[in-house]
Amino acid sequence: MSATGLTPLLSRLRPRSADAVKGVPSTASAVIGIAAFAVALLVLAPLLLTQFEITRLGKFVCFAIVAVGIGIAWGRGGMLSLGQGIFFGLGAYTMAMHMKLADASLDGGDGVPDFMKLYGDGTVPWWWEPLRSEAFTIAAIVLLPALVAFILGFAVFTRRVKGAYFAILSQALVAAFVVLIIGSQATTGGFNGISNFRTWFGFVLADPANKRMLYFIAAGTLLVMLLIAFLLMRSRYGELLVATRDAEERVRFLGYNPALTKTAAFVVAAAMAGIAGALFVPLVGIISPQDIGVVPSIGFLIGVAVGGRSSLFGPALGAIAISWAESSLSSSFPDIWTYFQGLLLVLVVALLPGGLASLPALLRRRRRHPSTASELEVTAA
Amino acid sequence: MSTILSQLVAGISIGSVLLLVALGLVLIFGQMGVINMAHGEFIMAGAYTAWTVQQVIHDAGVSLLVSIPVAFIVGGLLGLLLEEVLLRHMYHRPLDTLLATWGVSLILQQAARSIFGSPNKEIRSPAWLGGNIEIMGAVIPDKRLFIFALAILAVIALSALLRFSPLGRRIRAVVLNRDLAETNGISTRKIDRTTFFLGSGLAGVAGVALTLVGSTGPTLGSNYIVDAFLVVVIGGIGQIRGAVIAAFGLGIVQAFIELGTTASVAKFAVLILVVVFLQWRPQGIFVVRTRSLA
Repeated sequence: MSATGLTPLLSRLRPRSADAVKGVPSTASAVIGIAAFAVALLVLAPLLLTQFEITRLGKFVCFAIVAVGIGIAWGRGGMLSLGQGIFFGLGAYTMAMHMKLADASLDGGDGVPDFMKLYGDGTVPWWWEPLRSEAFTIAAIVLLPALVAFILGFAVFTRRVKGAYFAILSQALVAAFVVLIIGSQATTGGFNGISNFRTWFGFVLADPANKRMLYFIAAGTLLVMLLIAFLLMRSRYGELLVATRDAEERVRFLGYNPALTKTAAFVVAAAMAGIAGALFVPLVGIISPQDIGVVPSIGFLIGVAVGGRSSLFGPALGAIAISWAESSLSSSFPDIWTYFQGLLLVLVVALLPGGLASLPALLRRRRRHPSTASELEVTAA
Repeated sequence: MSTILSQLVAGISIGSVLLLVALGLVLIFGQMGVINMAHGEFIMAGAYTAWTVQQVIHDAGVSLLVSIPVAFIVGGLLGLLLEEVLLRHMYHRPLDTLLATWGVSLILQQAARSIFGSPNKEIRSPAWLGGNIEIMGAVIPDKRLFIFALAILAVIALSALLRFSPLGRRIRAVVLNRDLAETNGISTRKIDRTTFFLGSGLAGVAGVALTLVGSTGPTLGSNYIVDAFLVVVIGGIGQIRGAVIAAFGLGIVQAFIELGTTASVAKFAVLILVVVFLQWRPQGIFVVRTRSLA
């Protein structure tokens, strides 16, 4: 990417002028919404929930952070990625390896994680070594997924691979990623994943106060991500992204580079997924291929679809609601939950493509023009 | 020499399974642009059909031959139902069909669990497929040969249908230009339905074939669906010859990479190769030239 390509892109980060792009909330309602999130997550939840429930909510908040990113890439940019698990996994495994390496050096340890001694020859491969550094780890959590997304996105979008092709490609990549992790058990923990963490940047994880702190960090991160998403949506870049989604050829004829526009959104979504993965590991205490494969990657999309892919708060709310419903229903009624999940996805996608977030506007329109609504129904019937 | 030959045979054997699994998708994706994630579950339904037939007909050989047409009809009817109830309302939103059909696949998997139970079902293969044949030192199990023959037969039957029958002519017309076909008096609704029936029926047949080489469980289909879509993408939309080349190509490449490394590294390498290939030819091996801009 040349400097000439970057400068106009950056200049587009200014807020747009008067005309509103569909689906962008006003500044007032965005501030109120984020404040409501803050009150619910930072004040009400810690007051009302038990320690166990707080940690569980923390996990859902991580999924919500992934969802905010998907909302930008898919909802605003029209890129349906079935492979967000790659980026979630990159962030998560980076964090997990750092924690393992740090744990192994505690109490005069030899610095070799337990699973490497179990499955491998008891040496740490050179490419894990930099993760002993805390600063490097934090940088890698954001930059590694972003870099992978940039290379992939720029290559693919420049060749105008899009729509279903992009979706299938991303799914193939996440399948390949999981196969690779399972295949290299000595360096990644393989099928069983990485677990049994003792500390997180020096904080003992067994201490409930530290778990609580982790939850607050995750919740705070979600608020920041929502703010970033809002600023992006409102900016001229956000406008261009929606234009690219709706009429890519027209945008190209107007002199913009749609590949660059799309790549930027894809990179942002990947970085958010990576951060979410890194927060997921200390909260949940394990990362394994089952958390990042083909099925969980599509799972990330369900909440976004249900909540409303192109709205600001829909993806995060949808992700929290769906994962809450899953964890409370799936243990007691696993069969019914799967049927419900499938049916919900079918119904929402078929009948309410804008998700629940589009419901108020839909009802308002119907109330305002009751005649057209009933006429439409007659035509449809 | 014999290792090369045996890897080639292994590759062709992987390729025939891929081809059988992907053939129906090629047809459906080519004509309607629909990504049917439930295709894998139609395969699974075909496999369970083979099991059910075997409960009635105890002779493994007869039940195998009977279950192929039965599974074709079971798969086809499932496809017809999906098309009629859900997909025909969503043809203008191809990406959304992907998610909706994934929801359907969740439901079907769970339905299989509820009806047949989670543990894998054992399906006996006929005695006349129990042996091996040897060609220049390479050992080929009869089962693999049977699947290869079935895949080739399916390709020939489908190509002949598309090329020589009036129905095939109409299907090709709709693939090339839907509006023009409609203007010429072809009922595209009817053609869509027929194509979906045929494509899903082929999934059912693939399911029967898979019972010969693997165990039958609720997630049988989802194990193959990612690879099947890759075959479609590499081959080019609606291109049966492309799918044949892509399926055998993928199989053979994977078998030869496996020679040097492990199965998982080979799988990873193949998937990365596919991504690189799509950089070179984003539309697949064969491209249908149309005048559409997108």
